[in-house]
Amino acid sequence: MTTLIDLEPTGSAPEPGGPDTPRSVPRSLGLADLIFRRGTMVIGGVVLAITGAIGVFLGYQLRPTLQHYGLHFFTQHLWNPQTNVLGIAEVLLGTVEVAIIAIIFAFPLALLTALYISEYAPPWLRGFLTSMVDLMAAIPSILYAMWGVFLINPHALYVARWLNEYFGWIPVFHVSGGQPRAAVFVLSLYQSSPLIAGMVVSMMIIPIASAVMIGVFGQAPLSEREGAYALGSTRWGMIRAVVLPFGRGGIVGGTMLALGRALGETIAVTLILSLNFDVKFRPLELGGVTTAQLIANYFGEATSAQLSALLAAGFVLFAMAILVNTIAAIIVSRGRSGAQTEI
Amino acid sequence: MVQQTALQKADCDEEGTRDTDAFLAGRGWLPGGKPADRRQSGGVWAENRSVVVTEGEIVTTVSAPVIDGADTTVFSANPTGARLDADSVSAWFGTNKVLERVSLSMSPGTVTALIGPSGCGKSTFLRILNRMHELVASAKLAGEVRLNGQDIYSPGSPVTVTRRRIGMVFQKPNPFPAMSIGENVVAGLKLTGSKAGRNARGALIEECLQRGGLWNEVKDRLSAPGGSLSGGQQQRLCIARSLAVRPDVLLMDEPCSALDPTSTRRIEETIALLRDQVTIVIVTHNMQQAARVSQQCAFFLAEQGTPGQIVESGATKDIFENPRDPRTSDYVHGRFG
Repeated sequence: MTTLIDLEPTGSAPEPGGPDTPRSVPRSLGLADLIFRRGTMVIGGVVLAITGAIGVFLGYQLRPTLQHYGLHFFTQHLWNPQTNVLGIAEVLLGTVEVAIIAIIFAFPLALLTALYISEYAPPWLRGFLTSMVDLMAAIPSILYAMWGVFLINPHALYVARWLNEYFGWIPVFHVSGGQPRAAVFVLSLYQSSPLIAGMVVSMMIIPIASAVMIGVFGQAPLSEREGAYALGSTRWGMIRAVVLPFGRGGIVGGTMLALGRALGETIAVTLILSLNFDVKFRPLELGGVTTAQLIANYFGEATSAQLSALLAAGFVLFAMAILVNTIAAIIVSRGRSGAQTEI
Repeated sequence: MVQQTALQKADCDEEGTRDTDAFLAGRGWLPGGKPADRRQSGGVWAENRSVVVTEGEIVTTVSAPVIDGADTTVFSANPTGARLDADSVSAWFGTNKVLERVSLSMSPGTVTALIGPSGCGKSTFLRILNRMHELVASAKLAGEVRLNGQDIYSPGSPVTVTRRRIGMVFQKPNPFPAMSIGENVVAGLKLTGSKAGRNARGALIEECLQRGGLWNEVKDRLSAPGGSLSGGQQQRLCIARSLAVRPDVLLMDEPCSALDPTSTRRIEETIALLRDQVTIVIVTHNMQQAARVSQQCAFFLAEQGTPGQIVESGATKDIFENPRDPRTSDYVHGRFG
């Protein structure tokens, strides 16, 4: 009688009439393969472990923070080290506010840049433009910050004032005390605002969004492109019917990756945005705060409890960035929706 | 005449549809063009395959093989495709010349098969016929291609209009996977910027799927994605999609080479049904297929290091049974290639 246990790895054909069971097939790796596999596994594991350790280290700070400041830590909008009243309500709001403004500017620019480079640019120009976009990512963020402080900040205030003047009745364009129609107005009220910080951050996140989109657009199948052209399509028609639907995952994913970067951008925001803990959503108006800016500003003279609180705020930022990036990665890897054109 | 009534409705639709209507009328598919014969033949294929033949000039010169059930020797006396003439067409990729002064006439009501071994320039020639050739960056060409006497490479012939009048079906089925079956059929209208009213759209989808021989299989799931069909169904969907823009000529680049025999037979039947409505040019590696579906045949050959040329062309029957050139004889009898 043959039983499962009797089955040897070397395996012989089962007796006729006996039960039909799966046999095990031995798989052997060569020594070099084995070393390489273990080596890459260990190194890859170390990277993951370090990232995980950062998260654990930051998360660990939540405990003393909550002991000191209670759950008010999440609802309190002020961060005042002198009176020891600390909370991250406005900090989180400000972080999201700046990131959203950055995306609003970056998304159309990145999408159109990617479309031009992958679909319209002549081949000799394509490589050059791609490396120019990559170069944007290589510029140190302090330089973008300088650009924002010295060039954008003094000039964008007139745009902000104009928006306030004509669209001030919409809450997001309102500036309290802005006096848009007064002959003399407070210039500084329109400066150092989340709008300007967001515009500068958008320059820093365009390259990543654009690079992801270019990569995905380039993979749109030639056969489908030709199918569209053969129907008499214009190039724009082909892009709408083939490239954009195919690249939808890349568009969404690239934008979210960019959003992840925008959430954590520090130096430009620190230099541009003037610290203000009022809970408000008036991007044109002076003042605001983001998580990264908060940590950079108060890190130096914090007491140990306050340091824990800063790190806890960092943990919240970390969690947000991980969440956004994970969603982005899932969307990018899911690729095109609907069935493939496979035979 | 389902499609006709519905298309007439498009007449009274809003401004966006005028473009289509004028276009369709020009093709003779709407009142205003060359109506009678087209509408008649258009109505017959959908309901009944065997068309009563009056005197036809082509019938006398051609004896097409019979495909099971579809008697292809009988068709309308007034085929409605367009005449396509290639005149001394040469082609290059970079500095490599791949075609040498190829001339061929493709008449309405006939299926022209381009046969020959791989790399002899058949597909390049086919792609020159509707200006797909120029999508390759290094591609160049010489000579003329005339659609009803008008050179399609002249400045007066916009490329999008040319490609709309000369449709193409590719080797690998390429439906738009993000679109439903129905959307795929009418994709050409959307791509060329013409809009169709809701009713006209529904009728057009049904009509084209009927002509493509796919209607019965998909009529209950028009909103399913195009990519969910089998390979053979996808290819027939692509044929239906090409027909929806009312081409005068349909080019087919090895349409069955990726398909199983049953699907191949369905496509061949479809070709037989379409032949009096559009001028068909088909590239095929399959000798039997060329013999089955075509009335005219051109044998391409590129001998060692020389660009491709037409060795012999003429009635399919003559090419297969009584070739003039020994190389043709060798090829069609399977002695090389």
